[in-house]
Amino acid sequence: MSRLTERLHRMLHADDRLDREMAAEWEEAPAGKPASLPPEEVNPDTPAEQPDWWISVPFRQGRGLRRLLVVLSVLLCVGIITVLVITAQYLPHFGQAGNPANNEVSRRYIENGMEETGAVNIVAGMILDYRAFDTLGESNVLFTAVCAVMLLLRVSADKRRSAAYQLELETDDRMYEPKNDLILRSIARLLIPCILLLGMYIILNGHLSPGGGFSGGAVMGAGLILMLNAYGFRRMERFFTIRLFRAVTVCALSFYALSKAYSFFTGANHLPSVITPGTPGMIFSAGLIPYLNISVGLVVCCTIYSLYTLFRKGDL
Amino acid sequence: MNVLMILLLVLIISCAVCVAFTKNLLVAAIVFMTQSLLLSLVWILLESPDLGITEAAVGAGIDSLLLFVALKKIHAIHREHGSRTKEADL
Amino acid sequence: MTLFGIDFTNYVELAAMILFGIGLVLLLVDKNLIKKNIAFAMTDSAIYLFLAAKGYIFGRRAPIIENGITSAEAYINPIPAGLVLTGIVVSVACSAVMLALTVRLYRRYHSLDIDEIIALSQKERDQDGTGGNV
Repeated sequence: MSRLTERLHRMLHADDRLDREMAAEWEEAPAGKPASLPPEEVNPDTPAEQPDWWISVPFRQGRGLRRLLVVLSVLLCVGIITVLVITAQYLPHFGQAGNPANNEVSRRYIENGMEETGAVNIVAGMILDYRAFDTLGESNVLFTAVCAVMLLLRVSADKRRSAAYQLELETDDRMYEPKNDLILRSIARLLIPCILLLGMYIILNGHLSPGGGFSGGAVMGAGLILMLNAYGFRRMERFFTIRLFRAVTVCALSFYALSKAYSFFTGANHLPSVITPGTPGMIFSAGLIPYLNISVGLVVCCTIYSLYTLFRKGDL
Repeated sequence: MNVLMILLLVLIISCAVCVAFTKNLLVAAIVFMTQSLLLSLVWILLESPDLGITEAAVGAGIDSLLLFVALKKIHAIHREHGSRTKEADL
Repeated sequence: MTLFGIDFTNYVELAAMILFGIGLVLLLVDKNLIKKNIAFAMTDSAIYLFLAAKGYIFGRRAPIIENGITSAEAYINPIPAGLVLTGIVVSVACSAVMLALTVRLYRRYHSLDIDEIIALSQKERDQDGTGGNV
């Protein structure tokens, strides 16, 4: 037992020896800046000023302790996987019709789905009519994510005009992508209308075939990203500004919330609405579902484009 | 369809193991994108085309795109895992 | 079908659990922040795989009504598909926010290694005497 504790003791205190070795090794490093970093506002991300942080930073976690933690976490995960694998043998068999998951709820959704919602795609009818509240929450999650990323990554206008930032943008682009590339522009001129059209098709036919607001919105967002990459920031700034983003997302989310908010006041049961389901199979059938699909698609498209351009440029 | 499903699942797990062991961050992002694509095929085999199209557009498209853009932003496209920036990254 | 004492009839669920385990190990063990983000998204994918496998029924078609057949014996269970659809989009949103945080952390501490970042922030806190950022 004492040999085990001795080994443990040696492992846990290996960091002192390691610290001394590392300090000796890096004493030859040029001692330029002090160990504390310059504050964030003064210094844009210029690679020329890398401070020498390694001169006197005491590592709280030595190598020995880190190895112990790695072993413990691997053991924990192996334990979790073992428990899960053992449980998998007691689960109901995969793909059997008598599983407890296939109960009367799915039977109701399949059998009465088309006449109550009017949607041919049962999943779309379910997420936009029976369980429309979840989809509203999900669109809000996307909107909140963009707000959070804007808080984190947005660069103020006067900093964007500063010379260092402009130089960094120029050099970044020239390093990794050619500017005003002829091939990209010609192909984008052909592809972008097709991509946007495909996205709109997927959104509008969400209740008739696989697809819906999310995938259609993602395709449209990807088309806008291609347009940004082919034509540059300035041309996109002409029509996609932060005001447009704000207007489109707020209008779409409010429309969604208001059109389904009546059930807060009339009780949770699905009341017959004034907008009739119509004949299944037509585009403008299924009550409110095409309009909700359009609003979800717009939110997703704006979100995806904004995330990309916030990462690339620092502003919308 | 059984054999195809088993093959796809084995490939997905091997993609995950590859992400775990690679040191190059760009390789990890690309292999993760491949894993999303294979997962999209699995959704089709499980008879959910909605999930397939959404995973292909959102998972393999947008998630991986954000990874690439973030890697470019931190100048890590050519860098190895965990190493410091050796020279000026321009 | 039984191999090494493990029953393989639920092979999709088993694969999902193994994927979850790999993602969890990577999240805990690896020091790089980008790898942690990838592992988080991988764990999410594993959970969605498990959920969607619960809705599959042998011999039935996708839940899109064709030829007017509305009997429940002709389609798979549509409910897990609806849940996973929400989940995929939420996973992307989480990933985006985490990557933005990673970019900000890199700009502040010039490192992607979480041990270094914690050490640097603690050193700053000791130097300043006030609460640090991390």
